[in-house]
Amino acid sequence: MIAVVFDSPDDAVSDICDGSTILVGGFVSAGTPSNLILALKRSGQTNLTAVANNIGLGDLLDELCEDRQLARVIATFAIRASGGRNSRFESLYRAGEVELELVPQGTLIERLRAAGAGLGGVLTRTGLGTMMQDGKQVLELDGERWLLERPLRGHVALIKAWRADRLGNLQYRLAGRNFNPVMATAADLVIAEVEEIVEPGEIPVEHVGTPALYVDRIVQCEPIAVRWDG
Amino acid sequence: MQGASPPVGLSRELIALRAARELEPGSVVNLGIGLPTLVAGFVEPTDQILFQAENGILGYAGISESAFDSDLINAGGQPVDLVAGASFFDTADSFAMIRGGHIDAAILGGLQVSAQGDLANWYVPARGGGSVGGAMDLAVGARKLIVAMAHVTREGEPRIVEVCDYPLTAERCVDVIISDLAVIDVTTSGLRLRETAPGVSIEQVVAWTAAALVVSEPVREMTL
Repeated sequence: MIAVVFDSPDDAVSDICDGSTILVGGFVSAGTPSNLILALKRSGQTNLTAVANNIGLGDLLDELCEDRQLARVIATFAIRASGGRNSRFESLYRAGEVELELVPQGTLIERLRAAGAGLGGVLTRTGLGTMMQDGKQVLELDGERWLLERPLRGHVALIKAWRADRLGNLQYRLAGRNFNPVMATAADLVIAEVEEIVEPGEIPVEHVGTPALYVDRIVQCEPIAVRWDG
Repeated sequence: MQGASPPVGLSRELIALRAARELEPGSVVNLGIGLPTLVAGFVEPTDQILFQAENGILGYAGISESAFDSDLINAGGQPVDLVAGASFFDTADSFAMIRGGHIDAAILGGLQVSAQGDLANWYVPARGGGSVGGAMDLAVGARKLIVAMAHVTREGEPRIVEVCDYPLTAERCVDVIISDLAVIDVTTSGLRLRETAPGVSIEQVVAWTAAALVVSEPVREMTL
């Protein structure tokens, strides 16, 4: 299906259900759908599972902790080893009010990719002999040991691109790609925040980063700049 | 070494400079968060080293002083400049590069390194939770793993130990340790002391290392 253009980020997220698993694209400040995240905050859904590279690194995902909308977070960066400023997420985590599943970055992206590509799992060396191995199956194939990682799918993906055309083809800018193209393949409902919506054909065909078939909703928003100062 | 203080060795900047000297011209290198990010400032353009960042850049230069662009950051969230010939890609491609053996060297920070080259660098038990990022993938996938870290904790505990008691990043992954006191190679016959920092003696390095050190070949003083 081709995408539907929504007028506001609030309209685009209004029918997300409580208890949903939400994939959130972006890497710290780059390619992060901050308008959609804030719309989700205003919309007030609860008991959500958020899957994202990071939470509490100057990102607005941390805002969803203000009204305790997150029950569970699956991420690669969550609690800073060096201490220092605490995030809202960290406070809730320490109070036992939100669960955390920490996943190596390369494993997180491959679990998402497997879900989006119709694969049953991924075999990786990453995490062997560490805490990441706990509770998981280790397979030995031709004398090599591999950790079996299972697919990770979302009900909804909130992603960010630079531009979309009205069909839903997306073009990314600089390092804004990161998790977004793979998350676009791995959720039942894919909502893309973009800085500009253009007519089909205006994005040079070889610059389409996510083809339209993955994208359900697009909404044009003024980007919100976030920055992590360490 | 209770009650004593370790000798004064290299500053963080000089550790980064010494680590930069370990890189082969023309190689593809990933730098971890913290001290390793400083390494980008110590390579010569003529060395043509390409820095890869997990968030999807091949070919970034040092930290940018120009206006902040939220889409142009390294894996630590810092603004960066690009070299001519840089490219962008998504996270799946980025980790295909990392796990697939396409990264010539990674320089990561460390909390502990063991005698057999196990690395612990993502989880401080006293803090819990943790942040793993790309460290585990880099530790298993980079062709050469250099750990750049302080030799001793602020509390005076050696970070080079027989067996790590912090949770591991990966087993048997470290090739070289570069600290404020020494350069140490991880070999099949143990930890081999290669160089000492200016003004630091072999005996001092041995005293502040909680694992057996092989001191067989002539040990040089670092040239910086």
